Amino acid sequence: MSHPARGPARSVGDPTSEAARSVTGLTTQRWSRYEIVFWLLPVVAFFVFPKYLTLGSQILITGLFALSLDLILGYARILSLGQAAFFGVGAYTAGLMAKYGWTEPLSGLVAAAAVATLVGWITSFLVVRGQDLTRLMVTLGIGLMLYEAANQATSITGGVDGLSGVEMGKLFGVFGFGMDGKTAYVYSLCILFVVFCFLRLVVRSPFGLSLRGIREGERRMPAIGASVPRKLIAVYTMGACVAGIAGALLAQTTQFVGIDTLGFPRSAELMIMLVLGGTGYLYGALIGAALFMIMQDYLSNLNPVYWQFWLGLLLVMIVMFARGGVMGGLITLRQRFGKRLP
Amino acid sequence: MQQIVQVGRRGLLHVIAALALLVGVPFAPPVSQAIAADAFKIGLILPLTGPFASTGRQIEAACRLYIDQHGDTVAGRKIELIVKDDTGLAPETTKRIAQDLVVQEKVQVLAGFGLTPLALATAPVATEAKVPMIVMAAATSIIPSRSPFIVRSGFSLPQITGPIADWAAKNKIKRVVTLVTDYGPGLDAEKTFVKRFGEAGGIIVESLRTPLRGPDYGPFLQRVRDAKPDALFVFVPSGEGTAVMKQFADRGLASAGIALIGTGDVVDDDILDAIGAPALGVVTSFHYSAAHPSPENKAYVEAFMKANKGMRPNFHSLGGYDGMNLIYEALKKTNGNSDGEKLVEAMKGLSWVSPRGPMTIDPATRDVIQTVYIRKVEMRDGHYWSIEFDKVDAVKDPGT
Amino acid sequence: MIGNFIGVVFDGVAYGSLLFIISIGLSVTMGLMNFVNLAHGAFAMLGGYACVVAMSRMGVPFLATLPLAFVVSAAVGAVLERLLYRRLYKATHLDQVLFSIGLVFIAIAAATYAFGPQQQPVQLPPFLRGQVHVLGMDLGAYRLFLIAVVIGVTLALTWLIERTRFGAQIRASVDNQQAAAGLGVNVDRVFSLTFALGSGLAGLGGGLGIDVLGLEPTFPLKYMVYFLLVVAVGGAGTITGPLIAALILGVFDVAGKYYVPQVGSFIIYVMMIVMLLLFPRGLVGRRT
Repeated sequence: MSHPARGPARSVGDPTSEAARSVTGLTTQRWSRYEIVFWLLPVVAFFVFPKYLTLGSQILITGLFALSLDLILGYARILSLGQAAFFGVGAYTAGLMAKYGWTEPLSGLVAAAAVATLVGWITSFLVVRGQDLTRLMVTLGIGLMLYEAANQATSITGGVDGLSGVEMGKLFGVFGFGMDGKTAYVYSLCILFVVFCFLRLVVRSPFGLSLRGIREGERRMPAIGASVPRKLIAVYTMGACVAGIAGALLAQTTQFVGIDTLGFPRSAELMIMLVLGGTGYLYGALIGAALFMIMQDYLSNLNPVYWQFWLGLLLVMIVMFARGGVMGGLITLRQRFGKRLP
Repeated sequence: MQQIVQVGRRGLLHVIAALALLVGVPFAPPVSQAIAADAFKIGLILPLTGPFASTGRQIEAACRLYIDQHGDTVAGRKIELIVKDDTGLAPETTKRIAQDLVVQEKVQVLAGFGLTPLALATAPVATEAKVPMIVMAAATSIIPSRSPFIVRSGFSLPQITGPIADWAAKNKIKRVVTLVTDYGPGLDAEKTFVKRFGEAGGIIVESLRTPLRGPDYGPFLQRVRDAKPDALFVFVPSGEGTAVMKQFADRGLASAGIALIGTGDVVDDDILDAIGAPALGVVTSFHYSAAHPSPENKAYVEAFMKANKGMRPNFHSLGGYDGMNLIYEALKKTNGNSDGEKLVEAMKGLSWVSPRGPMTIDPATRDVIQTVYIRKVEMRDGHYWSIEFDKVDAVKDPGT
Repeated sequence: MIGNFIGVVFDGVAYGSLLFIISIGLSVTMGLMNFVNLAHGAFAMLGGYACVVAMSRMGVPFLATLPLAFVVSAAVGAVLERLLYRRLYKATHLDQVLFSIGLVFIAIAAATYAFGPQQQPVQLPPFLRGQVHVLGMDLGAYRLFLIAVVIGVTLALTWLIERTRFGAQIRASVDNQQAAAGLGVNVDRVFSLTFALGSGLAGLGGGLGIDVLGLEPTFPLKYMVYFLLVVAVGGAGTITGPLIAALILGVFDVAGKYYVPQVGSFIIYVMMIVMLLLFPRGLVGRRT
């Protein structure tokens, strides 16, 4: 397959540009004002749209989940249709812990991340072999097998009826997960932000840069002394960990785990969201998840039966007019009109 | 093939910020419609897209029919139906929609719920908001026990599975192979059938489970044929019955003297004509057949088909129709008071004659008590119908 | 016992044949044209609905609806290729994925609007129902028919691509567009026809598959995994690769379900992963 993304890594050339400096690792990890504005938005939304906090928290969780795919697809070009496997593992871990008495959320999150990381590490050896289509199908196969396994283990997972009876304790012993969705929203936002900061560091680290090298030309990397499989295993495992955290957040905030958390539709939808937002920017994952879920909610309220038509039309239009997703389109726009903008 | 993107980090982030603002826009609250202050809102959450869309379509059509027939004002309250699609896949979506309906729309009743996990995930919302939750389709036994505000207007799987086991044992069927889809409801059906049939002295030769994702039933039916039982008991998800019956006929199981028995979902009225000849002679137990011989049902089927371009009502539609009746009758009893606890109290013990036959809401469990019929597929006037020939009155959910 | 075994293999081959026929069109578009067309299932669904409409509303006999399914899907494929797909040949695969998934959503909504969400009926003619006695065994008539169709399609396709002028043009256009154009090949037209061929094959598969796989609006999503599976394991761009892959997967799937039903659902996935790891470039190497 051809390069799935046109990340800022390609902008090496003008040594004075900020991007070039960041790529070569010379820049500080300074946050620009636009990033700060971006992160203020969900904070503002909390106060402006108090009735939409449940949708908001699910967007934040899906955004975190999309980050996990962007990490491996956008930065290491590992195509995966099985990311839900780790999302589900995280969700079941957190759900089962709460169901059997360990109701403290943060430790549940850590445990879920650990289990998802382990499963990710074990399966990573299968995934790093092969090329795009092969990886796509191997990850898909792993996901489907885990789904079947969860379906067979009805006594533990509840099978297709889902894991109910999950009751979370209060966050820090103070904030309960109530119907207004306030705790769920703030909790998800904080976790998302923390993980995002970590990933932002990772992709700008030497490790992240070598990943980009792999993305641009896997065969050349050993020549400069980089072990490609080891780095791919590391990043894939990290992606699994982030997906596990997202799954655990969903389990904790909804206090229920459905078997669909492991399902193929969830992986496929995730891929759609990420590509819609644009791969290889981290922000594309968040924008894609938000855009997709808001459109879905908005359109399905307008027409609960045929809304998929409009969603499909939107996706087709985006590709027709903006290659590389929303981020790609915006960059093209900026190139065309950029000089007129301040 | 690819353009080299020459863009500074600063420019990129500019773009992000602009976009983030755009994304925020749809968060704006929808234009509030002018609604009478005394409107009584029902939030109907159904799978209207995705693999279970036919369930949602049947229920929505039945609810709208009920309102058309009985007027949209009850005890001085104007009934307003708010229909939402939850796609039938993700429990968190159903739960979120329920929360939104309660918080934003201030609905007084939640209804619908196509599948068990969707109902189970939403149960805590009903409890916390003290809003009655009418489960119209999901059929696992445990559902009503998950919240004191849940009332079921559809059916439960063990309730309609038991009678076919008893009937088989009484009708010279000694050896049975069971074939169910390997998932929660399938296992429940298998468990109920094996238990009841065993208690009645029958022998289970083999219990087969087909994968959830396995479109070819051929190999399983071949095994059944080789085992030579008197009958095959089948439970598969709605819609899959077609494939099973076709293979059953194609492989000559019927001519080998094996009877096909099951629960009524395999001969779903919605698709019975589409299955056609292979369904002939299949014996099932169920709570509703579109061919139920009563004046109420005749009028219902006629009105339903007229309002929906000839679509035949199936068992799910009755869950919707009777669910609406439940809400209307409860509201009459409370004189228009929409307090959740009072409404549930009013629903307990309600009895009426539905198109499906007589039914009662069990005051103890809030589950439905109804007649279960034994039916056989026959051809009448060029169409295929499940014709009732035996029945068991006032069947309660036996639990699992 | 031996009879059983032969019966199981026969069923597996028939099932594999069906997998092959609905997937081969994807191998053509993905391998020859390098386009990841996830909307492949939508063309199959279109063919299926064309069959059903012709049969139940116009009274066309089943066998005659199959060429019709091919033609309708091919025609719609050709139109869409002209209007939309053509602009995306040079886009990234991920853009192609997003675009074709968008088309799938549109197709699902359109099918729901036109035909409703329920399963569609198909009434096979009597000679394709039931079983026939061959060498003392009972074999499903429809399954024999499926196998026969697959043999026919495979021979025809191989002949078309390997032996005809059009086939030579396809191969030339795929290998080097500019050189082919320079030699007087109308590359645009060749790509249109190839895409139409792939879509038509999907439509044919959709029509043939109704009886076994069913037909309802979510068909393109429900079976997407199977299309990808056959093409990935077999190797896109060839005919023999997906054929062998489909037959192996079909036989193992059916045998697994018959002999070890407890783990039947895992077998096809395990087989897939093992085969992908053993042959990362597909059973028959991809052209690209």
